Amino acid sequence: MKEEIIIAGFGGQGVLSMGKILAYAGLISEKEVTWMPAYGPEQRGGTANVTVILSDSKISSPVLNTFDTAIILNQQSLQKFESKVRPGGVLLYDPHGISSPPTRTDIAIYTIHAMDTATEMNNTKAFNMIVLGAFLKIKPIVDIQAVLTGLKKSLPERHHHLIPMNEKALQKGFDVVQKA
Amino acid sequence: MEEVQLMKGNEAVAHAAIRCGSDGYFGYPITPQSEIMETLMAERPWETTGMVVLQAESEVASIYMVFGGAATGKKVLTTSSSPGVSLMQEGISFACGADLPCLLVNVMRGGPGLGTIQPSQSDYFQSVKGGGHGDYKLITLAPASVQEMADFVELGFQLSFKYRIPCMMLSDGVIGQMMEKVVLPPFKPRRTQEELLEQCPWAATGKTEDRERIVITSLDLDPYRMEKKNEERQSRYRLVEATEVRYEEFMCTDADYLIVAFGSAARICQNAVESLRAEGIKVGLLRPITLWPFPGKILAKYAEKVRFMLTVELNAGQMVEDVRLSVNGKVPVYHYGRMGGIVPTPEEVSTAFNKYL
Repeated sequence: MKEEIIIAGFGGQGVLSMGKILAYAGLISEKEVTWMPAYGPEQRGGTANVTVILSDSKISSPVLNTFDTAIILNQQSLQKFESKVRPGGVLLYDPHGISSPPTRTDIAIYTIHAMDTATEMNNTKAFNMIVLGAFLKIKPIVDIQAVLTGLKKSLPERHHHLIPMNEKALQKGFDVVQKA
Repeated sequence: MEEVQLMKGNEAVAHAAIRCGSDGYFGYPITPQSEIMETLMAERPWETTGMVVLQAESEVASIYMVFGGAATGKKVLTTSSSPGVSLMQEGISFACGADLPCLLVNVMRGGPGLGTIQPSQSDYFQSVKGGGHGDYKLITLAPASVQEMADFVELGFQLSFKYRIPCMMLSDGVIGQMMEKVVLPPFKPRRTQEELLEQCPWAATGKTEDRERIVITSLDLDPYRMEKKNEERQSRYRLVEATEVRYEEFMCTDADYLIVAFGSAARICQNAVESLRAEGIKVGLLRPITLWPFPGKILAKYAEKVRFMLTVELNAGQMVEDVRLSVNGKVPVYHYGRMGGIVPTPEEVSTAFNKYL
């Protein structure tokens, strides 16, 4: 198994932390993992993105040109990364704020109304976990239990009471993801 | 079994420095390596091992704090990124002139000048050819993973103390910023003063009745004595060149072509080699781990077998000169690089390689 993922959106949407939780879940599932953020000007007030690779064997390049999966959370990132999904790959995006949706026909496109769902749940901070839940429904490369353990590892103890809320958000993402 | 953890290369350096019994860290923040001092400050080792962590007023100050600590035989380090390391060059030359062991880490970013904050390898010349003045060398280690950033802290100290030559860990923004699995080195206590006196008889530890005064300086106005000092230092450099070369080979044994790359570029090239191999092209990757001493002999050996070599670097072509010197015209040596903080993808490397087929 080898899954190469790009997660991209606005800074502040939890793009980097979503990637981190996924990476921790990979670590717990005894997979090889790399997490490579764009730490440059993108992060400073524009779009943020992170490349996460989970693999059964040693990972060579942490920097990639094309991906198995793109998780896209804003219009700029959609423009930048739609063409970078490998044929047969997956593009998962939140239609909120997307004016020109993806057009490719050689990849599987899914939508997750994470922004709306988070608002309904009265918890906008759960946004990225809803997206992560949606991704894991499409590609169950790690199980939810590993994600929750990963969450425990990446969150400071004072935030551990938030884990049940995050679990709910993951489940919600699982339930509401749709094939476009 | 040791715990497998997930962390950034920068964080791994900080944890490894505490664990290997460092006595002091002196630095000044700069992207993309600020997590090193941030992690040290969060870990508060002064409360546990007694290790000093100090943010200096500038890189110039931090390198001279390292000089001072090293002069007393302490295990001290500083870390910075390209523009900050440029500021340190005078102090590095002085430390080499005074034969002081210490660890320096450069998490390179694009240059010259302030450049960008993104990954680069354009300080190769500065590290291996002497960025400061005088005839000196730095033992230069190039990590290509988070694990190596952790491991090369203790290795760097060991080599540096063994030969009394400052050691440079030459990393870059990719390896410093990415998170990977890492097993940190086991905890080792800091050296006691008795151990230090025994292991570092050259250190300025305060004059006692039973021995001569020790003066740590790079200055000697007598040119004959200065030449002798230089000759002795050069003989240590020859010893390092003979015994401490390190490199890694990937799919080299049957290779018709060789890619040479270090650090993050080597990781990208490994991916390119895998896909070129899948197309049936017999290409291998040689990754220098020590940039000085440079693995020239093994390259000369491969020059007998391969049709050409290609160096891939995040710069305008620096290590390529050492590869050319090593193969001495036996085979063509090409270079592919990106500059200014741009990191090439494996596909770009394959395309560059295919141009020469």
